[in-house]
Amino acid sequence: MGRITLDQVTKSFGAVEVIPPLNLTIDEGEFVVFVGPSGCGKSTLLRLIAGLEDVSSGEIRIDREVATHLPPAKRGLAMVFQSYALYPHMSVRKNIAFPLKMAGMDKAEQDKRVDYAAGVLNLTDYLDRRPGQLSGGQRQRVAIGRAIVREPAAFLFDEPLSNLDAALRVGMRLEISELHERLKTTMIYVTHDQVEAMTMADKIVVLHAGVIEQVGSPLELYHTPRNKFVAGFIGSPKMNILEGPVAAQHNASAIGVRPEHLASSAESGTWEGRVGVSEHLGSDTFFHVHDTGLAETITVRASGEMPLRHGDRIFLTPDPDKIHRFDAEGLRMP
Amino acid sequence: MSRAVTPQRKAFNTALAWLIGLLIFFPILWTVLTSFKTEAQAIADPPIWFNFNWTLENYFTVQERSNYFRHFWNSVVISVGSTVIGVAIAVPAAWAMAFVPGKQTKNLLMWMLSTKMLPPVGVLVPIYLIFRSVGLLDTKLGLVIVLTLINLPIIVWMLYTYFREIPVDILEAARMDGASLRNEVIYVLLPMAVPGIASTLLLNIILAWNEAFWTLNLTAAKAAPLTAFIASYSSPEGLFYAKLSAASTMAIAPILIMGWFSQKQLVRGLTFGAVK
Repeated sequence: MGRITLDQVTKSFGAVEVIPPLNLTIDEGEFVVFVGPSGCGKSTLLRLIAGLEDVSSGEIRIDREVATHLPPAKRGLAMVFQSYALYPHMSVRKNIAFPLKMAGMDKAEQDKRVDYAAGVLNLTDYLDRRPGQLSGGQRQRVAIGRAIVREPAAFLFDEPLSNLDAALRVGMRLEISELHERLKTTMIYVTHDQVEAMTMADKIVVLHAGVIEQVGSPLELYHTPRNKFVAGFIGSPKMNILEGPVAAQHNASAIGVRPEHLASSAESGTWEGRVGVSEHLGSDTFFHVHDTGLAETITVRASGEMPLRHGDRIFLTPDPDKIHRFDAEGLRMP
Repeated sequence: MSRAVTPQRKAFNTALAWLIGLLIFFPILWTVLTSFKTEAQAIADPPIWFNFNWTLENYFTVQERSNYFRHFWNSVVISVGSTVIGVAIAVPAAWAMAFVPGKQTKNLLMWMLSTKMLPPVGVLVPIYLIFRSVGLLDTKLGLVIVLTLINLPIIVWMLYTYFREIPVDILEAARMDGASLRNEVIYVLLPMAVPGIASTLLLNIILAWNEAFWTLNLTAAKAAPLTAFIASYSSPEGLFYAKLSAASTMAIAPILIMGWFSQKQLVRGLTFGAVK
């Protein structure tokens, strides 16, 4: 249960091809995250899998069965929307029970499953309320509850945490990860937030303009990005990309160094620059360094105690083993 | 957005609103007052306001001369019938236009609205002839058909506007939850659109109730609704103002009372989508 295969799937809106031919296999029980900048086609891809959009060509298989032209209801998938999409006129209990009612399940079994889901999601005290009387986090839990009662082949999450505040987001992130551990069901999760992708995924699919740039585990993507786009997208703050003579020294068209792979010092180092904006996180400080002659800004991670201020001189030394090299096409060089 | 309003300004606005309200209401008030006068008092100059001998005589005369309740029943059947059939046709139409619009949807909506700009008299002769040849003249069924067709553009437009306000996500969620199209409409769309559907029903019952052109031209005796009942008292030969007023009061009373009790719903419905 829960293996999804996309074979040469394309999607066009009128004359605009938003997804050129695309192949992807999602294994049973995997937590796969589609990540990419807005407009990269990740939500469209999810909607194609859900059946909410028709594919223009190609084939979608769910558990070896061809599902390309099945309506959403027949695909055995459950979806959690960014807007929660709860039924405002129904109580929480009725919301969660709705898919069971549509499946024609008997009332006693419906109640049993709703009570179980409510227990898992801490919603037992809210079952008689309407969605309008719940907080954002509670609403999102109801949406998840509505998804889990069906015992679907896979869960589809469309940016489910975007509408929550930062603290709640971290909490819900953990809850969803825990849910995955517990249910072991395939989950496909769409987000533009690479931190969510890194922390939750078994496998990340990086999309850009409808094209899969790279598929891999979070650490694979972090350590061996296939090209400059993935290198820049995965990791926070972004990798520094340097071109020109400094890249030529490494026989590359461009080199990339992550902020955490640069040693900083007030006295000596390979590159010299001037401190611009400093972001103090307590544990770490991020310095935005200017006037290096290498790039407009180089970001560097330093310890939280580093006593440099705006305008101070700073020396940077890259870790030679952690330099990424890219060719003229932007592809990774071995 | 809030502006500071001085008490004087507020009092002035209130007075102005009352004045306009009374001006609008005055013809109805005058009709009701006249219905309790004698025919002579009704045309007295200067007009008599309140100090006349209040009498119910006109009402008895009117009921004696023409059967009010039959006309009333005809009005109910025609207005409710045409509205219910109209809504039943318009719900799927509005659903399609709101949620799966095509390239021509906008044009289609405009075209539907444009039919309301055609003077009805322009199609009176063909419709009259068609009705005569199929035997629909002076039948309730005939009027239900005509009024359904006439009000359908408004019903579709109103429902379309309400449906557009319903987030598509929720309907998609229902689809993901295994709802068939029918269940999606019955369990999710319609309950969420209840306020809109209610005000559509109300407004169209009122429009159909007050419709006079087709009801007067296509009926004679059997299917004549209250509009025809009033018209039968506006004879040019005699002094029948008081009786005409009594007939009018009896004709508008039901719809006035319904409108009064549902005004909150109506206002909400008519300004729906205008403010968020």
